[in-house]
Amino acid sequence: MALEPVVITGAGIICALGHSLEALTTALLRGESGVSYVPELERVGGLRTRVAALVDGVDPKQIPRRFRRSMSRMSMYAYLASLQALEMGAFPEENLANGRTGVIIGSTLGSTETSERFFADYFTDHSLERMRSGLFFQLMGHSCAANVAQSLGITGRVLAPASACATSCQAIGYAYEQIAFGRQDAILCGGADEFHPLTAATFDILHAASTAYNQEPQQASRPFDAARDGVVCGEGSGVLLLENKKIALQRGAPILAEVVGFATTSDTSSIANPDVTAMHTCMRLALEDAGIQAHEIDYVNAHATGTLQGDIAEVEALACLLGDKVPVSSFKGHLGHTLAASGAIELSATVAMMQRGEIAPTRNLHNIDPQCSAVALLQHNLQINPKYVLKNNFAMGGINSTLILRSYTHD
Amino acid sequence: MTEEEVIELIDSSLAEEFELERSEMTPEANIYEDLGLDSLDTVDMVIVLEGAFSFKIREEESVRAIRTLGDIHRFVLTKVSENG
Repeated sequence: MALEPVVITGAGIICALGHSLEALTTALLRGESGVSYVPELERVGGLRTRVAALVDGVDPKQIPRRFRRSMSRMSMYAYLASLQALEMGAFPEENLANGRTGVIIGSTLGSTETSERFFADYFTDHSLERMRSGLFFQLMGHSCAANVAQSLGITGRVLAPASACATSCQAIGYAYEQIAFGRQDAILCGGADEFHPLTAATFDILHAASTAYNQEPQQASRPFDAARDGVVCGEGSGVLLLENKKIALQRGAPILAEVVGFATTSDTSSIANPDVTAMHTCMRLALEDAGIQAHEIDYVNAHATGTLQGDIAEVEALACLLGDKVPVSSFKGHLGHTLAASGAIELSATVAMMQRGEIAPTRNLHNIDPQCSAVALLQHNLQINPKYVLKNNFAMGGINSTLILRSYTHD
Repeated sequence: MTEEEVIELIDSSLAEEFELERSEMTPEANIYEDLGLDSLDTVDMVIVLEGAFSFKIREEESVRAIRTLGDIHRFVLTKVSENG
């Protein structure tokens, strides 16, 4: 069966470093940080981290109440990012409701903030009499995807992968496969997450959250650096518009890059700890899917969250597969870890940088950890026009995912 | 509460919940066609009124017959007078 080629024609971003792909890319290339001190974390007993990369300046009232009432913050981010992606791709409005356009957008959980608000009220007298009609729609596992489809009138397939930090990388991969198999013509795909103290606590209790830089928030997220001490949580949404290349070309869509390979695998060695062999397998399968050799990869956008174990394991897997020459960087030094949104946000920025011919290094990577030195980690902006790019995202629960992109200008 | 105070509390509560323009909130306004509410909103409308007036109306048959803002005014005024 011949597969349909798949291209990226639009991308939308809501994150701590801006509310558009253009703003994000510019901020990354300038080396800016979206991380700040979060005073509300002082009130959480037992929580040691005090920093996060929070979205600022989103006015919920820009979304019609009819749609907003069923949205938590993460769905609002996903909706706004989706609007941007459609606009960038100049996507024909009439195609939204033709059954051939879908939505694949996931999140780590339903809204934790909404859960907390509901249960805080519920526990006062164990009454459901004050429960609003929109509650379930904000809490359900496919809240972001369903809200995007409902608010934009998209009538094709709606899926909501939930694999924590690998969510949006999987969402993009599944969208690529659906379009490649001819089941859909276009799909809005990505992820969203909203920050909640419980999110930070998830990492903190595992001793995997950054705690040493609470007074220097912008230094806190430092993947691959010898002085790194864990994850800095972020929030936001990234949504890409993927399309059947032939149809996109027919309608004169702007083509940003091609998606040519994807793999996702389960690492059963541990539900929490990374495994080099499992990471290597995932990346190797993605290369095989793309039909290219390891030496053809020109840049790697790493998952690298700044944890002690995770960064080392990813470097070892990359070095084993690709050798020590390929440039590698992680954008989590700038953005923190946007969790379910991270794959889509970071991939979108990577696409924009492929087009600009300039790649951002890892922020705060001043002294490379000797155990992370087996690959060519970027410490300065790199002028390069990569043909093939590899993007990793790994998640708790033993979920690995890898995407391969090809620059469209090389066609 | 006077009748005017009851109506003001109804209108202000609904305006806040459903982000309605007070100028559109005439007694004749159909809550669906003119004010843009739907079946989900009517669930929340009951909760808002129960919270504002500290009564229970979810099981009342006559709630389902409400069509206009004036219907709501009359319904609540009756309930308030019944509850003394």
